[in-house]
Amino acid sequence: MSDLTRLDASETAASVAAGQVTAREVTSAHLDRVNQTDEQVHAFLHIDRNLALAAADAVDAARAAGEPLGPLAGVPLALKDVFTMRGAPTTCGSKILDGWRPPYDSTVVERLRQAGVVVLGKTNMDEFAMGSSTENSAFGVTHNPWDLQRIPGGSSGGSSAAVAARQAPLAIGTDTGGSIRQPAAVTGIVGVKPTYGAVSRYGLVAFSSSLDQGGPFARTVLDAALLHEVMAGHDPKDATSIDAPVPPVVAAARGELGGVDGLKVGVVSQLQGEGYEPGVQARFDEVVELLTSMGADVVEVSCPSFDYALPAYYLIAPSECSSNLARFDGMRYGLRAGDDGANGVEQVMAITRAEGFGPEVKRRIMLGTYALSAGYYDAYYGQAQKVRTLIRRDFEAAYRDVDVLLSPTTPTVAFPIGERADDPIAMYKADLATLPSSLYGGPAMSLPAGLGDEDLPVGVQLMAAVQRDEQVYRVGAALESALQERWGGPLLDRVPELVQGGAA
Amino acid sequence: MTTTSRDALMSFEDAIATFDPVMGLEVHVELNTHTKMFCGCPTAFGAAPNTQVCPVCLGLPGALPVVNEKAVESAIRIGLALGCSIAPWSRFARKNYFYPDMPKDFQTSQYDEPIAFDGALDIVVETDDGPQSITVGIERAHMEEDTGKISHLGGATGRIHGADYSLIDYNRAGVPLIEIVTKPIEVVPALAPAVARAYVTELRELIVALGVSDAHMHQGSMRVDANLSLKPRGRSEFGTRTETKNVNSIRSVERAVRFEIQRQAAVLSSGGTIVQETRHFHENDGSTTSGRVKEEAEDYRYFPEPDLTPVAPDEAWVEALRATLPESPLLKRARIRQEWGLSEHDMQSLINAGALDLVEQTVALGSDPADARKWWTGEIARISNERGLDVAVLPITPADVNRIIVLTSEGALNDKLARQVIEGVLAGEGGPDEVVASRGLAVVSDDGALMEAIDDALAAQPDIADKIRDGKVQAAGAIVGAVMKATSGKADAARVRELILERVTGV
Ligand SMILES: [Zn+2]
Repeated sequence: MSDLTRLDASETAASVAAGQVTAREVTSAHLDRVNQTDEQVHAFLHIDRNLALAAADAVDAARAAGEPLGPLAGVPLALKDVFTMRGAPTTCGSKILDGWRPPYDSTVVERLRQAGVVVLGKTNMDEFAMGSSTENSAFGVTHNPWDLQRIPGGSSGGSSAAVAARQAPLAIGTDTGGSIRQPAAVTGIVGVKPTYGAVSRYGLVAFSSSLDQGGPFARTVLDAALLHEVMAGHDPKDATSIDAPVPPVVAAARGELGGVDGLKVGVVSQLQGEGYEPGVQARFDEVVELLTSMGADVVEVSCPSFDYALPAYYLIAPSECSSNLARFDGMRYGLRAGDDGANGVEQVMAITRAEGFGPEVKRRIMLGTYALSAGYYDAYYGQAQKVRTLIRRDFEAAYRDVDVLLSPTTPTVAFPIGERADDPIAMYKADLATLPSSLYGGPAMSLPAGLGDEDLPVGVQLMAAVQRDEQVYRVGAALESALQERWGGPLLDRVPELVQGGAA
Repeated sequence: MTTTSRDALMSFEDAIATFDPVMGLEVHVELNTHTKMFCGCPTAFGAAPNTQVCPVCLGLPGALPVVNEKAVESAIRIGLALGCSIAPWSRFARKNYFYPDMPKDFQTSQYDEPIAFDGALDIVVETDDGPQSITVGIERAHMEEDTGKISHLGGATGRIHGADYSLIDYNRAGVPLIEIVTKPIEVVPALAPAVARAYVTELRELIVALGVSDAHMHQGSMRVDANLSLKPRGRSEFGTRTETKNVNSIRSVERAVRFEIQRQAAVLSSGGTIVQETRHFHENDGSTTSGRVKEEAEDYRYFPEPDLTPVAPDEAWVEALRATLPESPLLKRARIRQEWGLSEHDMQSLINAGALDLVEQTVALGSDPADARKWWTGEIARISNERGLDVAVLPITPADVNRIIVLTSEGALNDKLARQVIEGVLAGEGGPDEVVASRGLAVVSDDGALMEAIDDALAAQPDIADKIRDGKVQAAGAIVGAVMKATSGKADAARVRELILERVTGV
């Protein structure tokens, strides 16, 4: 039954609920698919077949007992290795946490368990979510299923690759400056960064606390909405969690809130043109035309502060990370190096951190340490916070006039592995279009927009006001069906077959 | 270990003749909330190491803090009691530095936005010219979390350098602290050590009256850091200061300030400069020794804690908390002294015995203030001294003492028996009535039984009756003594005396 890996999450859940297939069969099929393909893709860092099958069996038992099943019960999921989960290691792609098994579940994992979602395993990522390619993982790079010589995006590249490779219909990533949207764009799938505070950060190992946000990857807008609804909601264990109802994202994805007819869509002048590949710009322009033809009122919007998003982000995120990552000192868990009986505690801490962290993490810790130093704080961290306020105002002004904002998700298609590894600035530019809404805190989705240069996927980014997550799903769903009609099927059908001689 | 200081000292009198000391006192108060500042772990003192911990207070990857509202309430009440303004909006900040007793390698504290600021505390200092009132300015009171407790073992010094290994107990990590910081205190130089002592004493009284902390200095639930600098008489700019850390008794605060004045004066008058540093206080000889040298002001890279939202107490809540404030201990002492007609000395011994509140509560139950004072500062204080415990923690209540006073005034107990009742109550034998019953301590009030004992005693000492008849009434004392002995102290001595006089004079 290898075609089980071709079903959408919503179809799979319906089949399980109807008794047409068991959760165990679905899970086995996906575990087999991982077995067949992950040597090439390397999406996963950790798979526990027994743990996954046990979770599937629990769903089957609940169904047999006549208990009501959630809308995603029995659906396999790939979890970014930045969320804690009992019974599995959490590495964050770093040697410094190698071997650490957290004694507690993150809130996200708790909700997945309650919903009967089957976690297959933990996926690869840039170390501590710092990067745009997964090349910064201490455990090897993940390969893009569209072209194995290219990056799958990052930092949640293991999760995006798993969904694109049909290893799982759903995945969870985290987005700090674009780490869900950019991987989704370059692997041709849907990825959503919900409103900051929508999904609990409890048990999400922090990179930048004021920016980190968990969110869904899926092959369809509806599947993303279903997972969004499972993940989101107030959590008293996270002080920054929003204490308000989750916006009606599933209803929006089902088209129940209406289509795009009469909706005002803003195209951000600052997020297109120069610096954006011709293929990316072409797909983006087509989307704009399509929306207009569907009855949307498309206008150009100027957000001048967006030009400063990149420098502001690269001060705020490293500042917070320099403090968040201080705890990895070899004293309590994870790697301890240099403890030879002669070295004192400070030396052991220093040696552990020198051995345990990779170069990009060290670079950002040093950047942040510098930016927070007495005498530099106002000029760097303080100034960046002011820019953040200006960006927020630009968004707020824009959303007084339009319902959603639109831009390409990334300036380019997936780049070859190794191409930008030695050029951090070039790497940072992969997030040019995604950084502004991270600094603002509003929801944003990347939706497949077609193929660009080298026949590689291009994404379009839909952004909405804080707590108006349903807007991106509403527009995303309408656009998705119009685009698929034009393509004659899902974009992902065109991903090369990874298994030699495998059925198409 | 010896801590004999090699520092030269100037005599205190010479030091204050040349220099004006400037003090700043930072007092850390551990709140008595049931749970920690940012998680639900219990805060009880003395549990087995690392048993009161969770992912949050261990700083495990992914764990997040949530503010304990009760701790915020205590912080606001302390701020209000110190006459501070309460910030309508304040934030926590991260104080970043690496140390193994801090699970996150940063301390969540408040920096430039404290919850309470700009207050004052009135204190009274004893001087040669009598008591003098002084107002100490309060700069701020802010919330923070305590660190774990680290023990360095195997080395000679008990400090991190030279230790073979260290053990860390994170039970204390995350316990809520309030840090109360004074404005620079500049007083008549001779009074500086006494002012430091009086300030800490008064602050402790206030904290205890608020019920927000046990404020036990010996257990570390109240800790004092004393900053001190000297400036040559007539100069206005402050000198370089030292910070003597974790002084853990009220008396030590006074000694530490005095020592630093003498030491710094000696350094300065010999042309030296004061090193800005933290210093350790030594109980055994009252000295301070150099700790960590702060070569430059330490850079803690403070920034607003992004995992927490601002603390924004609404005005109605603050006003409701203001209404819960107890009477200020200073005013309360003045009122009680006047109501009970006590001398300054009586009042002081009552306070020194730590029994003011207990006496007040006993009086509130109906006892005469003099009787209540007698028992609390007499027998009970004596036992508490013997046991090395505060009167307040002995297992005897104002209700027990009030009952003993009632029984005594009714004649059912005499003072000797009352002392035995106290002993019984403290031994856990029950309340006063139960102790009286189980130990059989009631006064012998059967006149027939007493008369028999009197007759025996008079027969044994026949000359006494004659002396009494001759008008030497005090001679009856010998018979009273004999009767008390015969009844094992259970007789009412006054009644015995009456009966003796009746029998001998026939009146
Ligand atoms: Zn805890």
